[in-house]
Amino acid sequence: MSFLIDSSIVITSQILFFGFGWLFFMRQLFKDYEVRQYVVQVIFSVTFAFSCTMFELIIFEILGVLDSSSRYFHWKMNLCIILIILVFLVPFYIGYFIVSNIWLLHKQQLLFSCLLWLTFMYFFWKLGEPFPILSPKHGILSIEQLISRVGVIGVTLMALLSGFGAVNCPYTYMSYFLRNVTDTDIMALERRLLQTMDMIVSKKKRMAVARRTMFLKGEVHNKPSGFWEMIKSVTTSASGSENLMQIQQEVDSLEELSRQLFLETADLHATKERIEYSKTFKGKYFNFLGYFFSIYCVWKIFMATINIVFDRVGKTDPVTRGIEITVNYLGIQFDVKFWSQHISFILVGIIIVTSIRGLLITLTKFFYAISSSKSSNVIVLLLAQIMGMYFVSSVLLIRMSMPLEYRTIITEVLGELQFNFYHRWFDVIFLVSALSSMLFLYLAHKQAPEKHMAP
Amino acid sequence: MASLDRVKVLVLGDSGVGKSSLVHLLCQNQVLGNPSWTVGCSVDVRVHDYKEGTPEEKTFYIELWDVGGSVGSASSVKSTRAVFYNSVNGIILVHDLTNKKSSQNLSRWSVEALNRDMVPTGVLVTNGDYDREQFADNQIPLLVIGTKLDQIHETKRHEVLTRTAFLAEDFNAEEINLDCTNPRYLAAGSSNAVKLSRFFDKVIEKRYFLRDGNQMPGFPDRKRFLGGTFKSLHYD
Repeated sequence: MSFLIDSSIVITSQILFFGFGWLFFMRQLFKDYEVRQYVVQVIFSVTFAFSCTMFELIIFEILGVLDSSSRYFHWKMNLCIILIILVFLVPFYIGYFIVSNIWLLHKQQLLFSCLLWLTFMYFFWKLGEPFPILSPKHGILSIEQLISRVGVIGVTLMALLSGFGAVNCPYTYMSYFLRNVTDTDIMALERRLLQTMDMIVSKKKRMAVARRTMFLKGEVHNKPSGFWEMIKSVTTSASGSENLMQIQQEVDSLEELSRQLFLETADLHATKERIEYSKTFKGKYFNFLGYFFSIYCVWKIFMATINIVFDRVGKTDPVTRGIEITVNYLGIQFDVKFWSQHISFILVGIIIVTSIRGLLITLTKFFYAISSSKSSNVIVLLLAQIMGMYFVSSVLLIRMSMPLEYRTIITEVLGELQFNFYHRWFDVIFLVSALSSMLFLYLAHKQAPEKHMAP
Repeated sequence: MASLDRVKVLVLGDSGVGKSSLVHLLCQNQVLGNPSWTVGCSVDVRVHDYKEGTPEEKTFYIELWDVGGSVGSASSVKSTRAVFYNSVNGIILVHDLTNKKSSQNLSRWSVEALNRDMVPTGVLVTNGDYDREQFADNQIPLLVIGTKLDQIHETKRHEVLTRTAFLAEDFNAEEINLDCTNPRYLAAGSSNAVKLSRFFDKVIEKRYFLRDGNQMPGFPDRKRFLGGTFKSLHYD
């Protein structure tokens, strides 16, 4: 009886998450596009719903809500479904939509998408081999095999995003890094842009006139496309078409220049807006946060280095350690069990919420930057895949932040994975990502002012 | 080159609707082989015979400014784009017949372009929302072009064309529906070619003949004239 009640609670929450994912998709991601294939929206929302359910089950574990056997059952079921989605369903549909964009393969879409999926499975399997993630006594298609590989990919993604985020966050928040941009700079650049456009226009007018006279005279303008035609055009060419080619080359270089000027002007406008924003109250608040985050970022990099150098993996979680410190050094006595439960709930809850929110925001930004009306389906499915893998590996890593008694269920359900390996791998990739983002941002920052401040 | 000689027509619309293919077709009478992203703005020139076939025939060069981007771009990109909206003589609004959102976004595009043109005089006509009254008074000729006609199935064609007819009526503009990869839609003598020619004639008339000849009593036109010289002083 209690099992039924528990299941209905879990399923209701799953439906709620599904609805949230659906709304997010419609309102945020696909704001400017038309949803032609509802399959994509359904898959995205389903992935989101099952990922959130996993987090919900962790919270239930900490709070002791629901019966422990029904929790275990739902864990297993949820995990199986998520793995099926991430390994079978989403890659297949990605292959299908990629194939449907290519005209040539229109006839045998299903066949080619199956082929693509098999290629994906091959590489996915190969991925697991160089890593010491499993003890060799497991079968081929067990949960552990699949989870270990999904975990590797997800942890790599998490570490890359965290590393970049840890460095980029103070860089964007702090106004110390803002270049000084005045209105005259912007107007000067805009004037150059319009002058370039004028030059392009006058050259195009000459080309249009030349084409018209050629048309009236009966000549035909052949662009030399083949090898022999190019050789021929060296010796025998009508003067009209030769002239056109020369002007066309000049126009091409001018157009390239105009594109660069446009991008630089947009950049200057963005910087100016950021300067104005930093003078507001909100901007000052974020500036202060930026200083705080930069300290946090330096500390994290330092800890990652220490972990790698001294080959150390944290044995206790921060909650228990914090409580130990307060009890031992500060002499404050309180009910350890009660407080550890609540504090770890709050801590884990904060981690979960900020990581979901951060991921959704990052995904939206990527989506706006990359997608076009043709590839939007493929990109959304890729994002759903990334999101699923990210959430699964968060579960792996969150285990470290929880006190021992709550870790058992994760260990039970996920089987005998080498959890320590994942933490070590996370630290390595985080370090690499943070250092290379710092280098990248430094180079980008250095290069920019020289371009704009030139007279 | 004196900026008073130019006839400037903007080509606006969402990304991926086919503006670059359209401009290429209009200016070079050829289909664009490899369309790619338009970054910033690309210009092309069309040679147009004003009042063709009559004794007053005169050749004009119409500049088609194809502005890239989407309506939901960052405000820094919008401010940069606004540079191209100065002293515009006509606007071609392009939408994709297979994508309803692109038609809905056309009103936002026109507001973005028209408001920019009137801003220097300090009178803001709307708060950015679509206002039908604004288009009734609008002095800049508009033309609505729907692309990818070949991708609409025969059975749905009637429904789509009725919808676009309403859209064009809202803008107080003519409309043309075509496929940019097929030049026969704009073949000489077809009704589309006639509409296009009429549109360009209207643009040229508003640009040259109404200014030199009758003084338009309309308030916006005089504002635009003042705004135009103001800007040309600025950029020369």
